[in-house]
Order: sequence, then C-alpha cells, then structure tokens
Amino acid sequence: MLAGGQSLMPLLNFRLARPSHLVDINRVGGLDRIYERDGGVAVQALARQAAVEDSELVARACPLLSAAVRLVAHRVIRNRGTVCGSIAHSDPASELPAVLLALGGHVVARSKRGERRIEAGELFAGVFETSIAPDELLVEAWFPKSPKPFAILEESRRHGDFALAGVVRAGDRLALFGVAPTPVLAGAKDPARGLQPSGDLEATPEFRLHLVRVLTDKAFAA
Amino acid sequence: MKVNGFAHPAPSDPRRLLSDHLRHDLGLTGTHVGCEHGVCGCCTVLLDGAPVRSCLMLAVQAEGHDVTTIEGLAPGGSQLHPVQQAFHECHGLQCGFCTPGFVMSVVGLLAQHPHPTEEQVDEGIAGNLCRCTGYASIRRAVTRAAVLLAPLTPDPSPLGGEGANPADRSSSGGEGAGTSP
Repeated sequence: MLAGGQSLMPLLNFRLARPSHLVDINRVGGLDRIYERDGGVAVQALARQAAVEDSELVARACPLLSAAVRLVAHRVIRNRGTVCGSIAHSDPASELPAVLLALGGHVVARSKRGERRIEAGELFAGVFETSIAPDELLVEAWFPKSPKPFAILEESRRHGDFALAGVVRAGDRLALFGVAPTPVLAGAKDPARGLQPSGDLEATPEFRLHLVRVLTDKAFAA
Repeated sequence: MKVNGFAHPAPSDPRRLLSDHLRHDLGLTGTHVGCEHGVCGCCTVLLDGAPVRSCLMLAVQAEGHDVTTIEGLAPGGSQLHPVQQAFHECHGLQCGFCTPGFVMSVVGLLAQHPHPTEEQVDEGIAGNLCRCTGYASIRRAVTRAAVLLAPLTPDPSPLGGEGANPADRSSSGGEGAGTSP
C-alpha cells in the first residue's frame, strides 16, 4: 500500500520488499483531511506530515502531535510522508506510533468487510507489524487532546536520523520508542524495567537503557 | 505530467522512479542520484512547488502534477536563479554533486520562510548531505539568497494566519538585514 512512500520506497529500491502488487492510494479523493473529532484530532491516510506540522487545529488540540511530527526526518521528507503511513509501517524507532500509544489513541481500518476501530494498545504487533489485516486500509488515526504536561524527547546520532531511543510523556503516561520491537508503555519511576533493547553499531543495549532513564527524568522534570 | 513547464507523457513502465525518468527518459541529468533511499537529498525536485525526493516517488505518481528540476529554475540560462546566484557568490559548492538538491531544498525553504532564522536555515538544509564544503558556505549562501529574493518576495504576512508566523517575523527582523556576510 503506497501513500507517502517515504519508508516503503527505500525498501523497494533496496529490494528488501518485493510485493507482487503495489496499490497507490494517492489519487483516492477525500482521504487527506485533518479534522476535529471526539475532542481530539483525526488525521486521514493521505494527510502529509508537513500539513499536520502546519495545522492550526493540531497545534491547538494536540500540540504533542505537532511537536512529534517535527522530529520525523526532514521537512522535504515530511512534504510527502504521511502520519498514517508512519503508524502502519510501525518502525520500532518511529515517533508517531509511540505518540499514539502514549495518548491512548486509535486507528480506523476499512475493508470490504466494513470498518473497525483498533486501539493503539492492540495495534502494534512487532517490528514493522501491526494487527491491520492484509485486506484492510488504515484510513484514519485519531489522537486525543494532549493532556498537560506533555513532552517528546529523543536522542539520535544526526539530526533527522532514527532515534536511538526516545520517550513520549502525555500527562502521567509514558511511552518509549527505539528500545523494543514495538513502542511500549512504561512507568516513570523505573522506565527501563524489563526492557531488552537490541544493540547495533550506533548504540549498545546498555546505552539505550541509559538514554531511556535520562530522557524520562528530563520529560518528568518539566 | 508537466516538467519545467512542458507537458510529457508518463513513462510506460510503472516501476520507473521519478529520478530515473527525469535523467534517463527526459535527459534532465541535473537531478543527481546519490543514495536512492532519501537520505542524501541530491535528487530533490519541486512537486507542485514543494521540495520532494524524486528517488522516493514513482514517475507515474507525478502524472497530473508540475515537476520543477534544477534545469527549470533559470530557463534560457541567461540569468541564474537568485538561489543559484547566492551559491555562486558565497562559494556554496565545491564538487557540485549535491548542489542541485541543495538549491531545490533552499528554494522550498525560502518559499516557506522568506526571512529564515539561523535555526530555520540549519533545519532547512539538514536533509541534504555535502561532503566538501563543511556547510558553512552553504549556510551563508542561504542567508544571501534570502536577501536576493527579498525584493521579489511579498511581505510574509499574507502567507497566512498560522501561529508560527509572528515568531518568524520578530526573529527575522535583525537577521536578513544585518548579519549577511
């Protein structure tokens, strides 16, 4: 399923993904709205990250989402990339799935069988995996109004790179990203408890746990 | 699709990347291809006026849209575009491989922020890699380009009532006028 393509196209270019069919939804009409719903903000499948970044409605109703989207890659990427695409792609180091989880939002998936709502807590199944069925399209993500205080903090090697580790605070709730196969909820007192992050060239598991503790302290000091 | 103002048929092969289509089918080799996964920024072009990575788009997706490449910035070639002029004046390039991408990104940046703060300049060029210059001369070129474009740009206020604009204006007050090299 091709929307913004800013994650899928690199996978295709590298032949890491070789789908037999590719469905481009960019010409589907009426799927690019950002609107107020149930006291929060609904972002449809073709709404670009840059549009969410510039949206007055998002800045007012869900400033946490405004702050988070600015951390996604670079503006040129955000001109094309979509919020729903980031969520459906479900990269463990991605900001937006963690924001959806911290806020307790949901997505709406549609297929010929009908429409269903999937809560953030039920959505993320593994690395690049969600509970959205193959015949379903993620048509909308819904973010509740951000509670106060909120914060999103991450550490990356270079500006715009994927985060080595990151934390999202929404009121008393805390979600972590980059330290598990999916974004995870954690307690602010001992956020690294039970985590077994992977290590790579950029960060050891111990360094990722350290980052989680330091970033959580910063997020809750505010 | 329209490329630099001229209508072209879409490629027959739906797998064709926009970057490859521009270079191999249309002969517009000013758009460079570096990493092919969206990191280096060399292949940046304007799609309906906004900068995008042409290596992360299929050419058929540009059907019905306006594409502007580096060749389309100064049609005729008699006079450089102000952003190109600024890169020339400030030595914002050495080997030149990254330059078309930088120029297109900066055109987009200055359309969004006609009087960018230092932070906005850094943010605006952060998605393009240059291995020669060390970026200092490129940052100067962006500031210079904003000055060159200023007489051509209407006052930023009509751009809209977004919350960010008043901040842009107040912080850009001393910027464009005073600190250019």
